[in-house]
Amino acid sequence: MRPVNVIQGAMVPLPRADVDTDQIIPKQFLTRIERTGYGAFLFWNWAYDDDGNPVEFFTHDPARRGAKVLVAGPNFGCGSSREHAVWAIQDWGFEAVVAPSFGDIFRNNSYQSGLLPVELPEETVNRLIEAAADPNTIVTIDLETQTVRCGDLEASFDIDPSVKDRLLKGLDAIGLTLEHEDAIEAYEARRPEWLPRSVA
Amino acid sequence: MPGKTLFEKIWERHVVVDGDPSLLFVDLHLVHEVTSPQAFAGLDFHGRKVRRPDLTVATVDHAIPTVDRLVQIRDPQSRKQVETLRANCAKHGILFFDIDDPRQGIVHVVGPENGFTQPGMLIVCGDSHTSTHGAFGALAFGIGTTEVEHVLATQTLWQSKPKTMAIEVEGDLPLGVAAKDLILGILAQLGVRGGTGHVFEYRGEAIRKLSMEERMTICNMSIEGGARAGMIAPDDTTFAYVEGRPFAPKGAAWEKALDDWRSLATDPDATFDAVRHIDAARLVPHVSWGINPGQTVPVTSTVPSPDDFEDPMDRSSAERALEYMGLQPGTPITDIPVQHVFIGSCTNSRITDLRQAARVVEGKKVSDRVSAVVVPGSMQVKAQAEAEGLDRIFEDAGFEWRDAGCSSCLAMNPDVIPSGERCASTSNRNYEGRQGRGARTHLVSPAMAAAAAVAGHFVDVREWA
Repeated sequence: MRPVNVIQGAMVPLPRADVDTDQIIPKQFLTRIERTGYGAFLFWNWAYDDDGNPVEFFTHDPARRGAKVLVAGPNFGCGSSREHAVWAIQDWGFEAVVAPSFGDIFRNNSYQSGLLPVELPEETVNRLIEAAADPNTIVTIDLETQTVRCGDLEASFDIDPSVKDRLLKGLDAIGLTLEHEDAIEAYEARRPEWLPRSVA
Repeated sequence: MPGKTLFEKIWERHVVVDGDPSLLFVDLHLVHEVTSPQAFAGLDFHGRKVRRPDLTVATVDHAIPTVDRLVQIRDPQSRKQVETLRANCAKHGILFFDIDDPRQGIVHVVGPENGFTQPGMLIVCGDSHTSTHGAFGALAFGIGTTEVEHVLATQTLWQSKPKTMAIEVEGDLPLGVAAKDLILGILAQLGVRGGTGHVFEYRGEAIRKLSMEERMTICNMSIEGGARAGMIAPDDTTFAYVEGRPFAPKGAAWEKALDDWRSLATDPDATFDAVRHIDAARLVPHVSWGINPGQTVPVTSTVPSPDDFEDPMDRSSAERALEYMGLQPGTPITDIPVQHVFIGSCTNSRITDLRQAARVVEGKKVSDRVSAVVVPGSMQVKAQAEAEGLDRIFEDAGFEWRDAGCSSCLAMNPDVIPSGERCASTSNRNYEGRQGRGARTHLVSPAMAAAAAVAGHFVDVREWA
């Protein structure tokens, strides 16, 4: 995983509540077995009409190309656990999503893949959404100091310290977990014997 | 020492490394074809093995066809996905219910019916509806593909401790009101963000009286309320369901397990971070009208107006929903016509669901304006339904009788609802495009779906009793 540190760039506003992962990446793109190449399908059903022709949407707007931060309404990423939603957002070019709240699984998946979910109060998010109307407005998100700056707006956000550390260093969670091998083995030795085993 | 909740007891017994987050041990990892290929590829890339194939079970469900599927899956990508899972299971020694296995089915139907799902366990799967297994008094939740890889490699998962919310369901469910109506009613009251960051425990007399299948329907949709998981304390109903299933404990082990399981229920003096109350006695059958499961109303009411919502986000969401769904505010729910009926999904595809639907359609005919399909949750459910003659009832009425899978719930397979058409669906999500681009989903119970198939529009199924 690539380390996350300072994210500085343009924003795209998406002032909708409860954007579910079915919208972020529709199911017809989930039959692929790769982890990359989902960016072209981001918000597909909102970006294309029934015949597959592009409709007015930020993903086609040259002025929005290169934006790094998506700013959305509450409960962003609710619904299906598909991590493809995170991969599609990253593959399009976003490095962070700012919203008043996130679906729990989406937030976890973001941490796993190095996409930074930034939770800010709804009023602050609304100010960013207004500022993001101008595609040239730049926002700076600093994970180390847990701050978001945009013009005269400055806000701080919470993040679990261990997640923050892992993101800053770009560490692989499995590698970290395997350092606890002794604890895992000890746990396995004390599990009740009645628990089911699928294969002998 | 203060008492503990069911959730806290199960959390504590799975802690490998205590902290925030804690490292938790996973008792059962369910795997399917759509969210696993990249996880296995990651293992291979790092030269890692599956740590505990004996605590892992795989099946195919999400993208497989429900007809003519034993010859060849036509969609080349879906075929490759199934072949990839088959190869990964063979390589790592994982029990795999393949497309021709009599135990194949939706992962959340297969786990319980084979006895893998037991009280007190920690269960994960790369699917948000893993919350279903909480019906057994297990802690069960959905994870993403990177976490699937983590569990395959380590049989553990880092988790921050969620908060707890008691959903106290008081009174008795009236006749003709299903478990699905109860959970839709709960979602209508709580909203789709009401449970974010929490684990639900459904409690109260109405919950105790539910069958295991009904409890699974309730816990299944916890995620639609934003909750990480939903749970119900195990009791004699739970134990009776588990006993004798292929992977349930036997003999002395069964007795030991029972003693343990009886200690799991929330202590009388335990407290929750939040409590919500639901009056079951006042519930009626529900129908969703919008594009999230919280946008749900009683069948006796009308399509709401955006002006009914105070919050500006909710108001704009309602406007969007009405436009997408092609509905006018004030339209009686029973005036809404349907062109498709789908009875299936991990929410409502078990034997009791099929019995309830069959009872409604027996001796009747599906409206000639409606295309109606039943997709049993597993091939074992299908076999049992056929032994009871339910397939004849459905087919005589004009339903199609299919093989097991997720099917039209997410329409990854060919069972897609056409754009602009309406489907009365027993599934769990009415999101835009969920059942097909432009498709309009109305979430209902199996009995309500069956009645809509016959009438060609929504009806209050209580009037047919």
